[in-house]
Amino acid sequence: MSNFGYVAPSTVEETLAVLQRATDQGQRTQILAGGTDVIVQFRSLDSSHRLFVDIKSLKETNDVRIENEHIFVGAAIPSGVLNENAELKALFPGLLEAADLIGSTQIQGRASIGGNLCNSSPAGDTIPALIVNSALCVIATSEGTRTVPSEKFVTGVGRNCLAAHEFLLGFQIPRPSAGTGDAYLRFIPRTEMDIAVAGAAVSLSLNHEGICERARVSIGAVAPTPLLVSSAAEALVGTTADEDALQQAAQACSDAAQPITDKRGTVEYRRKVVGVLCRRAGAIAKDRALSNRN
Amino acid sequence: MSKIYVSATVNGRPEDVLCEAHQTLLDLLRDEIGLTGTKEGCGTGDCGACTVLLDDRLVCSCLVLAPEADGKEITTVEGIADSQDGLHVVQQKLLEHAALQCGVCTPGFVVAAKALLDKDPNPDEKTIRYWLAGNLCRCTGYDKIIRAVQDAAQELTPTK
Repeated sequence: MSNFGYVAPSTVEETLAVLQRATDQGQRTQILAGGTDVIVQFRSLDSSHRLFVDIKSLKETNDVRIENEHIFVGAAIPSGVLNENAELKALFPGLLEAADLIGSTQIQGRASIGGNLCNSSPAGDTIPALIVNSALCVIATSEGTRTVPSEKFVTGVGRNCLAAHEFLLGFQIPRPSAGTGDAYLRFIPRTEMDIAVAGAAVSLSLNHEGICERARVSIGAVAPTPLLVSSAAEALVGTTADEDALQQAAQACSDAAQPITDKRGTVEYRRKVVGVLCRRAGAIAKDRALSNRN
Repeated sequence: MSKIYVSATVNGRPEDVLCEAHQTLLDLLRDEIGLTGTKEGCGTGDCGACTVLLDDRLVCSCLVLAPEADGKEITTVEGIADSQDGLHVVQQKLLEHAALQCGVCTPGFVVAAKALLDKDPNPDEKTIRYWLAGNLCRCTGYDKIIRAVQDAAQELTPTK
């Protein structure tokens, strides 16, 4: 007899109840959004029995709310749908480009930013971009919701802070102030559809004199989890984000990286490349900030 | 666990089938509904041979669970040709350009290329190549496929 199950609850409360009941009965649950990682891993790595809990029928996980203070982006929205939203693209070009780097047209019809985060790969492209945008992860719990800063969500390779009876609803991202720009770049050995050898995201805010007042830098694929690199941000704040400052931020990223050697690259190579990516992403973020200053 | 009832519209026809929770939409189409035009290539979403439209969005049917199809509209390669006029222009142009050899990738290319032309009737070559980057072909070297799609676009919007 098959011990697989599938449910697609229509409310958050029902989803939490399903998760709680299964957890209490010792049944394994698997949250399903786009499935582009979950189903691949299920078929190739671990096909053990479980209850698939599809969260795509929930209003909350499909919601985009663009408000004065914050922007909410539902966890299960396919990246192809997000990238058709011109307003979101204008607000967070770096985040949307990171989403657009992942997968083919077919994959982008399913894959979500929430899924990318919950898969918790060191190389998840949207995670550094979420981190530099100070995204808060909104998590549904039996007590209501709790929020976790995106840089604290991933706790190890393929591991995160979600408990078995919780799930990710979406992201609350502060609206970028005037003079803010973000960018994400990754390096892959081909032009399409590959896993990052290294990645770097930068968000910075310039004042009217062109001085950087706030910066966030995050790097991916060079440590067990994506990292927020505050030393790189400090190298930019108080400068015009000129070549010297970007070079110092790059060095800080290379210093912060704790990469491994694998088929995609060596420790030395990743350390160097992540700095280069930081410098280049910083230059793009600066240009975007300059054009957003009014 | 008992089987799950799925009611979907496939190529405009209502289909009511029973499936297991861990079957894929690809299994459902091929093994339960009998539409074997959609092919399994890699089974991991890399090759695009199993491409179908799910509520008007391109997906790899190997990466959709069968029960997810409940209430959805699905278009497979069998639903592309016009029953009155024969082959769709994309199919006709693939034939004319000899843009297939073994044919396993072709259903995926047909569904993906038609979806592109429905969205953007006059795409440039770069757009076509990026759009079809999720469809792998080990026979043709791609150029003939791209020319066929360009030719199909030309026929659909002859003024440009």
